[in-house]
Amino acid sequence: MDASVRVRVQRDDFHLAAEVAALTRGRADIGAVVTFLGLCRDEAGSLNALELEHYPGMAEAEIGRICHEAVQRFRLQAATAIHRYGRIEPGENIVLVVTASPHRQAAFDGANFIMDFLKTSAPFWKKEHRADGSAGEWVSAKDADDAARDRWSR
Amino acid sequence: MNTVNLVYFSWVRERIGKGEETLDLPAGVVTVGDLLAHLKTLGAEYESALEHQNVIRAAINQEHVDHGEPIAGAREIALFPPMTGG
Repeated sequence: MDASVRVRVQRDDFHLAAEVAALTRGRADIGAVVTFLGLCRDEAGSLNALELEHYPGMAEAEIGRICHEAVQRFRLQAATAIHRYGRIEPGENIVLVVTASPHRQAAFDGANFIMDFLKTSAPFWKKEHRADGSAGEWVSAKDADDAARDRWSR
Repeated sequence: MNTVNLVYFSWVRERIGKGEETLDLPAGVVTVGDLLAHLKTLGAEYESALEHQNVIRAAINQEHVDHGEPIAGAREIALFPPMTGG
């Protein structure tokens, strides 16, 4: 395993600045850090919360595999991925990806790659809890997310 | 007989009505696809959960596999819908 990859799957919130600091602390060789923060959004005032179900064990393992592939492919110096589960309300954090590289492009590409594969391969499922109290639906997977992933193999 | 531990997630779990179970499989069940076909014979709840068999994703020992993957030696087989994390 590559010590530069950090993966956490947790119920609690996380702090972006603290994760960036943990990744860069004591290093002078990093030239670029890119962060992606995914939040729970409410498009029409109709969402009370999302319930995120995950597959314990596999969720960590799959995100780890994705991060290691990104580190190798883009020669990243480090990658961190944190994904929350449980009940998450609009405005709250869901996922954080942090990548580091000597120059910016690899860090941008690495973060993008990790998110595209995380969305389609990491075992998480979102269920909506509606503001009107009605039974929520499971969020459907999007073809656009599959297409975003597939462009990396072209 | 081949005994397997099955785990289910999201609406597959809800429709089957349980999150996990241990089943004895008949000898003819060789691949993930065979397993899905077998499960659909076990009752209306399985039929409902696995109706659109081609959209069901599978993992063996916590790694993604295709429906053609042999299940021999699997400690844990997971069945779930397409993922919607991130």
